[in-house]
Amino acid sequence: MDETMFIDPQRCIGCRACVAACRECATHKGYSMIFVDYIDRAETTATVPTVCMHCKEPTCALVCPADAIKVSDDGVVMSALKPRCLDCRNCVNACPFGVPKYNTEIHLQMKCDMCYDRSSEGLKPMCASVCPTGAISFGKYEQIVPLRRTKPVNVHVFGNQKVETKVYLMLPADTDEVKVDGCGVFEGMLTPAATETVESWIDTQVEHSDKSNEF
Amino acid sequence: MSRVEHLDEIVEAYGPHLHDTPHDGWRADRVIDRVVPTHCPYCAVQCGMNLLVEKDHVVGVEPRYDFPVNEGRLCPKGVTAYLQVHHPDRLLHPLIKRNGRFERASWDEALDLVVSKFKQLQANYGKDSIGVYSGSSLTTEKTYLMGKFARAGLGTRYVDYNGRLCMVSAAAGNNKAFGIDRAANPWSDIPLADVLLIAGSNCAETFPVLNKFLWQQRDNGGRWIIVDPRETPTARQGDLHLQLKPGTDVALANGLLHVLIEENLIDQSFIDSRTNEWEATRALATRYSPDVASKICGVPAQKIIDAALLYGRAKTAMVMHARGIEHHTNGVNNVLSYINLVLATGKIGAPGRGYGTITGQGNGQGGREHGQKADQLPGQRLISNPEHRKYVCDVWGLPEAELPQAGVSVVEMFTKMREQEIRGLLSICNNVMVSLPDINDIRRSLEGLEFYVCIDFFMSEGSRYADVVLPGSAWSEDEGVTCNSEGRVVKINKANNPPGEARADWWIVREIARRLGREKYFSFNSPREIFEELRIASRGGNADYYGITWEKIEKNNGIFWPCPTEDHPGTPRLFEDRFYHPDGKAKFHAIEYQPPKEVPDEEFPLILTSGRVVYQYLSGNQTRRIGFLVEQCPEPYVEVHPETAAKLKINDGERVRVSSRRGEGVFPVLVVRTIRPDTIFIPYHWGEQLAVNQLTNPALDPISKIPEYKACAARIEKIHSRQLPILGRQRKGASASEVQRG
Repeated sequence: MDETMFIDPQRCIGCRACVAACRECATHKGYSMIFVDYIDRAETTATVPTVCMHCKEPTCALVCPADAIKVSDDGVVMSALKPRCLDCRNCVNACPFGVPKYNTEIHLQMKCDMCYDRSSEGLKPMCASVCPTGAISFGKYEQIVPLRRTKPVNVHVFGNQKVETKVYLMLPADTDEVKVDGCGVFEGMLTPAATETVESWIDTQVEHSDKSNEF
Repeated sequence: MSRVEHLDEIVEAYGPHLHDTPHDGWRADRVIDRVVPTHCPYCAVQCGMNLLVEKDHVVGVEPRYDFPVNEGRLCPKGVTAYLQVHHPDRLLHPLIKRNGRFERASWDEALDLVVSKFKQLQANYGKDSIGVYSGSSLTTEKTYLMGKFARAGLGTRYVDYNGRLCMVSAAAGNNKAFGIDRAANPWSDIPLADVLLIAGSNCAETFPVLNKFLWQQRDNGGRWIIVDPRETPTARQGDLHLQLKPGTDVALANGLLHVLIEENLIDQSFIDSRTNEWEATRALATRYSPDVASKICGVPAQKIIDAALLYGRAKTAMVMHARGIEHHTNGVNNVLSYINLVLATGKIGAPGRGYGTITGQGNGQGGREHGQKADQLPGQRLISNPEHRKYVCDVWGLPEAELPQAGVSVVEMFTKMREQEIRGLLSICNNVMVSLPDINDIRRSLEGLEFYVCIDFFMSEGSRYADVVLPGSAWSEDEGVTCNSEGRVVKINKANNPPGEARADWWIVREIARRLGREKYFSFNSPREIFEELRIASRGGNADYYGITWEKIEKNNGIFWPCPTEDHPGTPRLFEDRFYHPDGKAKFHAIEYQPPKEVPDEEFPLILTSGRVVYQYLSGNQTRRIGFLVEQCPEPYVEVHPETAAKLKINDGERVRVSSRRGEGVFPVLVVRTIRPDTIFIPYHWGEQLAVNQLTNPALDPISKIPEYKACAARIEKIHSRQLPILGRQRKGASASEVQRG
C-alpha cells in the first residue's frame, strides 16, 4: 500500500464525522477507534483527531506478551488477534498516543487498522472518506503533500523514546519532529504553558463519552 | 382545543428515545441487496451518499465518492442519518387525540375527520380560517404540492413555510439587488477566489462539507475574512476575524465600503454600465469612516481597513453569508449592505468572482421557489402579479377568481391564530415549539386552535399539540428533487418503503384534497407526475425548471436552474452578462445603520444570540433521537466570556438562569474566551424548558418577516445550582421532560 494517512489538526472543525463513520466499518461494526479532542475549549475552538499512527516499531506490539499484534507487509499495525489476546491490556497502557482500546465484552484489544478491509482494496478508510475538511486525508505522499502548505512530520519524541510512524502529522513548516516530555527528559528545554488552565467541562464530557480506553 | 395533557405518556410512546444502531443491531454478516445513491436529508450542501439496503431496510451508509460536490465527505449528521429510518420512535399509524390521549386510528377515520373539520371551519368562518404551514426539508415536488394544496385545495390565502425562519432575508435581499433569488456562483468557483469574505456563517459547524471548497481555496494560497461575534471553528481558521457586536453588520459593511471608495478600489466602469443607484450609496458610505463604523460595531478601525484592503485589492474574491446576518429585524438591510461591496468592486459574474448565500435547510433553495411562500407562485412568480396569476391558473385549470391573494408570514400566521382569524392548521415538516421565536406565545396560539393536524414521521414537540397526527415518510422512503445552496437541482432516490402504515407525504396531501372534492387539481399518482407539472408551472419564471428532467439530473450529477429548454445545460454561474431586473442591471441600496429592536439596558445588560451546533439539525426532531449525536451534545449551554463570568461570579459548568423580557431558561455555563464579553450564545435545537426560543425576540424584519433570533437583551442570574452538566453516557432523553423522568 503506497497510501498513508495525513492528519492536519489546523483543519479540524471538531465535527466528529470521523468518529461516527468509524463505527460503520464492516470489520468492527458499532465501535469507533478514533478520538477527537478539544485542545482547550475555554481558550479556543481548536480540536484534533487521533488515529493510530501505525508506528514503524509499534510499542503496542513490542509489549504484547502473546505476540497478538501483527504488522502487515505494508506497515499497517493490526488489532490484536482474537485467539492470542490475553486481556492483559499492556498495549492499551503502553501506546504513547493512547490509541488502543480494550473491549470488555468480547475480551479483545481493538484499534484503528486503517480500515484494512477497505484500504487494502483501494478504498479510503471511513474517517478519511468523510472528513469534510481534509483534517484526515488518505493518499499517496506525492499526491497530498505538494497540495499543502504544511509540513509532513512523522517523528515523535516521547522523552527517551523516539517513534517513527507511517501516518504523518501536517505541521508548521519549521517543525521537524514532535516532542512530548516524559520522565523529565526535556526539563527546561520545552516552553511551558503560559498559565495553568482548568479543563472545561465540555472537554471532560468528551472524555467520558469517547476517550475512555475501554468499550 | 389543541393541548398537551399527558406529556409523560406521549414521551413514553413517541420519544425522543435514543437509538444508536441499525434496526437489527451492528452486524458484519449482511447481504446487501441494493446500494441506493441519494443525498443527505439534512443541510443544503446535499451531500451525495449511498444507502445500503438489506430486505427493504436501510442498514448502513457508504461514501458516494463519485458525486462531485462532496466526493464521499459527510458530517456526523450525514453519517448517522440512516439511523432515523427504522428508529423505534417512528410514527406507524394515524393518531387521533381523544380526551387528551393519542389513539390509533385507521387512515379513513383520520382523513375523514380532517376533511370534516376543515369543511366545518371553512363553512363557519370562511376559506381563510385554515392555515397551512410547510417546510423546506421536503422535496421540491412536495413543496410545490403544499402551495398548490393551500391555494387550489383549501382555497386559503394563509400558507407559508419554515424558510421564513431561515434564509428569507437573503431571498428578499437578492431579489431587490439582483432581481433573482439564487446564489450567484457554483462552489467550484470558491477555490478560484483569492479572498473569501464570510459574514455570519459558522459553516464549519452548520455546512461542514462546504469547508472542502474553503480549504481548497486555502491550499491555493487564498485568505479568509470572517465576520462573526464568536470565534467559531470557521473564524478560528480564518486570516482576519472581525468580531462584531451582533446586529451591527450594516455599520461594518458601510465602513468597508467607505475604505474601498477612499482607496479607489471600486470598479467605476462596472458601476456605470451594470448597476443603478450608486450615487446615494456612495454618499451614504462617506459618513461611515472606519472610526464611525468601529464605534458602532466594536471591530477595531484598523481591522476594518485591513479587511477592506484585503478584499478590495484581491483580483478574485467572493462574499458569502448566512443566518448570522439574516436573522435580524435588519436582515434584508444587512444582506443588501454586503451586496453593495460586491457591486461596488464589480467582483461578480466571473470565475472566482462572486457572491452566495449559504442557504440552510436541505431544500432551503428549492423550497422557496415553487409556491409555498405566502407571496409566491411556482417559478418564483409573485401571487400579486396579474400575469403570473393568470399563467399559473391556466396551468392548474383553476378559475382565477378562486386563486387567493397573498397571505402572511408564519410568525404573523401564529398571531392570527391568537386573534382567532385562523382556527385550523395543517403543518408538515416543521417543529413550531422549538423553532419559532417566543414559544410561550406559540403555545398559546396552538392551544387556541380549534383543529390542528400534523403530518410528521416523528412526534415533534409541536405535533404533541395536534388533534390528528398523520404518519408521513422519511427522506429515504420517497423520491424527488431538491435544490442545494449553489442552485444545483439533485435527485433524492427511494431506498425503502415507509414502515407500518406510514405513507408518502404527497399521498396524504392528495387524499385530503380528494376527500375535499378537489381531486381534479390533484390527480398525481407519483412524485414524477408532480415534477412534470412543476416543470410547466415554473416555465418562463425566474426559477425556470422546464428544461430539467430527472434523467438529466442523474446523468449530469445535478442541473443548475434556470434551465429553460431540454437542450439547455443549466446555469451554474449567474450574472455573467446581465442581472435579472428588467433593465438587466443590479441595484445598490443606500442603507443607514439601525440597531436591533432590543438593545441591552440596565435590566437586561447582555446581548443574547442563538445558533447551532454541528451535532444537531434544526429543531432536532430527527437528530435528538440518534444516540451518537446526543452523546456529543446532549443539551444546550450558554457561552459566556471569562470577564463576564467573573463579574457575575459564575463558574464553568454551573447552571444559571438566563432570562429576557419574554421568558427564561436554566443552562450550564460554558466559559470561553471565544465570545465577546457583551454577548452570550445558546444553541437552539431543543424544546420546552431547554428552548432558547423562550427568550428570543419575535420582532420581524419589515420586508422579509424573519424574526430576530440573533440579537435580544438578556441577563444571567446565579441560582446556586449544584447540578452539573449532563455527561453523554448518563443522558436518558433529549428534552427536559425526559431527563426529569430519569
